Amino acid sequence: MNNLAFSWNILSDLTTMWSYDFMAHAFEAGTVVAVVAGIIGYFVVLRRSSFAAHALSHAGFAGAAGAVLLGINPIFGLFAFTSVGAVLIGILGRKAASRDVQIGVVLAFLLGVGVLFISLYQGYATEAYSLLFGEILGISVGDVWTTLITGTLVLAVFAAMYRPLLFTSLDEDIAEGKGVPVFGIGLAFMLLIAAATSIAVQVVGVLLIFALMVTPAAIAARVARRPFQGMLISAGIALCATWISLFISFYLPYPVSFFITAITFVLYALVRFSTR
Amino acid sequence: MTTDDRNVITGRDLSAGYGDMMVWGDANFSIRKGEFVGILGPNGAGKTTLFRLLLGLAQPKRGELELFGQKPKRGNPRIGYVPQRHAVDQELAIEALEIVRLGACAGAWGFDLPGETGRERQKALEALKDVGAEDLAHRPLGALSGGELQRVFLAQALSGDPELLLLDEPLANLDIRRESELVQLIQNVVRSRGVTALLIAHNINPLLPVLDRVVYVANGRVATGTPEEVLTSDTLSKLYDTPVEVLRDSRGRIAIVGAEEGHLHHE
Repeated sequence: MNNLAFSWNILSDLTTMWSYDFMAHAFEAGTVVAVVAGIIGYFVVLRRSSFAAHALSHAGFAGAAGAVLLGINPIFGLFAFTSVGAVLIGILGRKAASRDVQIGVVLAFLLGVGVLFISLYQGYATEAYSLLFGEILGISVGDVWTTLITGTLVLAVFAAMYRPLLFTSLDEDIAEGKGVPVFGIGLAFMLLIAAATSIAVQVVGVLLIFALMVTPAAIAARVARRPFQGMLISAGIALCATWISLFISFYLPYPVSFFITAITFVLYALVRFSTR
Repeated sequence: MTTDDRNVITGRDLSAGYGDMMVWGDANFSIRKGEFVGILGPNGAGKTTLFRLLLGLAQPKRGELELFGQKPKRGNPRIGYVPQRHAVDQELAIEALEIVRLGACAGAWGFDLPGETGRERQKALEALKDVGAEDLAHRPLGALSGGELQRVFLAQALSGDPELLLLDEPLANLDIRRESELVQLIQNVVRSRGVTALLIAHNINPLLPVLDRVVYVANGRVATGTPEEVLTSDTLSKLYDTPVEVLRDSRGRIAIVGAEEGHLHHE
């Protein structure tokens, strides 16, 4: 990443790293994204909606590619297309547990649109590369603020709908019988996934969204006895993986997203084989 | 039919269906407080449809349905509901107590506050004790057997202190011993709490000793009465519009012969 050497004096290394604006921005945005993705991701796993999160990140790719084509900030394209994808998936597949086909249909269509945008784009391939694999070290102050505001809004809406969301996530049929507006909650949650995905794409990119949105949550779902513990564990793992990866990649010439995926995968494998 | 204050549910010329399709029609029945009622009939006859009407999730096509003297409404806290079961994710480590707790806090919005959580968990634990499953409270949901899950979901339905229990096929996929254990348990709960229980079942025999009333749904029609009144060759032949034999063995178990394919009640 740069030619600085690791000194083994952690405090001094951290101070040096944070003296660079791009690293400070990466830590700020990465922190928000990890917490939001970890918490929302826990419910993605509880609801078995990881395919939806995957599809929405691809919808985001199409949107971001369109925004790049139009010469505007990719994050606006991300928001627009993930939201449209969320509404389409929510309306076409009314129940979270049986949406696979509808998600696949929406995914294929929006990815096709993304391919068209990329083919029309005459600029550098690096733009497309950073969308696919994330470019956290290129985050601006404006992006940090957008990430912070979006993340706060997502968590505020999430907190407001927490209990009916938990109820529908653990048993949609009982929740419906108890009068919980299952369709409305499902649609609202898809929009939360859309917003969380949009900001997470900056860190890990479209193809690696699972690393923050699903893997930490999958670990939490295997060990947490209570939903609140699950959210804490999931967000904690996502946060540690992001921080450690940023730190390592400051000293080693490899992508941040690789380290995030590697750390979360190794943790998942350890938990998977050490529990039932 | 006269209105009786003791009636929890009253159906008058009631018809149910989806879109243009009629599932069953012209049903007249009343169910009294504290009764244990079996909703019987072949698959696809519309037994769950009756539950959807009572839960306010579907509207009658024709006629009237009264629940506690009013039209059914969505989210009625006086109902405890156990839907037909599907598999629980085996990787799910969330403890059983948490899903029972949800029955006690249905309708609440916002985030859990510590004080509320404590009260709800206490209530959930009491509901688990009532079904003899307090030892399951902290077990992961994904590690529970079919019979254990049914107890946990029954506790979930009880945790809101309901006056009416709707149980959709709770005996499905249980072995004979677990079937009769669960039926006994439900009967104890019905008697001790004084709740009215409607239980959908495909296999009638485990229920025969405990049912006060039967609602038999078949061939687009509904017959109601005591088990002795409904489960006769005469009544069921009229219901199916074809000759049907109700056979009893030496232990009182019955088999219905000549009804729709696959609709044989036996142990």
